[in-house]
Amino acid sequence: MPTPFPDDSVGLVEPSLVRFDQPLQLACGRTLDAFELAIETYGTLNADHSNAILICHALSGNHHVAGYHSTEDRKPGWWDSAVGPGKPIDTNRFFVVGLNNLGGCHGSTGPNSPNPETGKPYGPDFPIVTVPDWVESQARLADHLGIRQWAAVIGGSLGGMQALQWAIDHPERLRHCMVIAAAPKLTAQNIAFNEVARQAISRDPQFHAGHYYEQETIPKTGLMLARMVGHITYLSDGGMHEKFGREMRSDALNFDYSPQFEVESYLQYQGERFSTAFDANTYLLMTRALDYFDPAAAFGHSLADALAGTRCGFMVISFTTDWRFSPARSREIVDALVDAGKPVSYAEIDSQQGHDAFLIPSPRYMEVLHAYMRRVAADIPPESPDAR
Amino acid sequence: MRADLDIIQAWIEPGSRVLDLGCGEGELLSYLSRHKQVEGYGLEYNHDNITACIMAGVNVIEKDIDEGLASIRDNSFDVVVMTQALQVMHRPDIIVDEMLRIGRECIVTFPNFGHWRARGYLGFRGQMPVSKFLPYTWYNTPNIHFCTFKDFERLCIERNIHIRERTVVDHLHRDRWWLRLWPNMLGEIAIYRITR
Repeated sequence: MPTPFPDDSVGLVEPSLVRFDQPLQLACGRTLDAFELAIETYGTLNADHSNAILICHALSGNHHVAGYHSTEDRKPGWWDSAVGPGKPIDTNRFFVVGLNNLGGCHGSTGPNSPNPETGKPYGPDFPIVTVPDWVESQARLADHLGIRQWAAVIGGSLGGMQALQWAIDHPERLRHCMVIAAAPKLTAQNIAFNEVARQAISRDPQFHAGHYYEQETIPKTGLMLARMVGHITYLSDGGMHEKFGREMRSDALNFDYSPQFEVESYLQYQGERFSTAFDANTYLLMTRALDYFDPAAAFGHSLADALAGTRCGFMVISFTTDWRFSPARSREIVDALVDAGKPVSYAEIDSQQGHDAFLIPSPRYMEVLHAYMRRVAADIPPESPDAR
Repeated sequence: MRADLDIIQAWIEPGSRVLDLGCGEGELLSYLSRHKQVEGYGLEYNHDNITACIMAGVNVIEKDIDEGLASIRDNSFDVVVMTQALQVMHRPDIIVDEMLRIGRECIVTFPNFGHWRARGYLGFRGQMPVSKFLPYTWYNTPNIHFCTFKDFERLCIERNIHIRERTVVDHLHRDRWWLRLWPNMLGEIAIYRITR
């Protein structure tokens, strides 16, 4: 079949569902007896199973990291710019795994999945899962795929937090850890923004205390507001100015409250689109997982102590205009790693794009990714003869 | 390896924890990790150098040293190295203090502005020296704090800094016997090993 996709695209891809029947003990004290994870993989796992890369997604991401689900797709997966043949995370070299996290709404078991006890969707009864819970479920996925040790675990934002947690919880199971635009824990300001988002959702009359599925409705307005607030925090002041300035949709002032500035209609459009593509209960869950993330807490609030047992190499990347997780937050991670005597490199990428910069293929960002991934590739052990 | 780096590496004990301020492409750290099992980190600001370090497997941390080293704990390194960067610092004295705070021992190299060629250039031409080795003019030079060996040693006395060792070399980093006759006039680069 002649391919309509670019040469450096993984092309047409298909997600798959993996079922786990061993109970998963969660941080909240509850147990999931069984669960499913939606995954996508690109590239080929080598005979030693030593070339696997795990990509952890951020708040609204999922397993569809790269490529297209159909020839009609307008857009490829969320990190197609970095994953593909010849791209920094080179699918000619690596076997790349993307998944939808537990509690997600794109195929993995989550609030919109049927609760086996009632036959109805879990809704608000779905347990709140944490970053360590996700890492545990991802470790099960690694077992399922026969991957003893990842060549690297990589993530941006909330995904970077999972990568960091991997290094702490399973030091022997990854050789490299790439933490992009992340933070070692949220600040009061970060939590405050999440709370505004949650309030917007839970106060929507259509939310029905999380049981909106049975009412055959969705808290569209709430989810839209939540996304609009979130979206502002993902951009930078300068970036918004560059993109919209004070551009108006008409020449004269309307003297009413309908959207007149371009930035208003942009935010409404983004919110609108998101509200029909994402589940409100999952949004609540993801923001809570962010709030709760604090790996140092179990180590007397010393991040260096939390990282003392890690055995992988680290690459930390931040972006200058990111104010959601600013460069200073990444430097906290770097300082703790230096303090703990762990191998770490750090790059601070000049960008006008705020937090969103981690999804945008700016030249220096891609160059740094490329450089570090070459090192990850060089650390793949030579294949053992008996594995062939 | 660059000759000055060769002199420096000989001063570093195997297994040390080393911080290289302005590590360039990571040549010294790469050598030290391969041959002396050194646990090293480099601070660097130049983007191309940072990429080169990452490729070479050298731990490199993007940082403008002029912003300070406050995030690094006291005595957390065995050796802190800074080659050919003292003269570009906004406050070389503060940097040297900071280096001695975070490291047990420091190695510093810088060009000698008291070298006869520099003196001659200024003395006879009446202009700031420009040479193949220091090719900048006064208005675009990154080298904003030139000093002579004598100046540096005076700073060390004022700040109670102990000079453990000093090697004076020419611009090709060669150690010549005659440089020792009048180092502040004949030497082009000095390599100092200092402690508190």
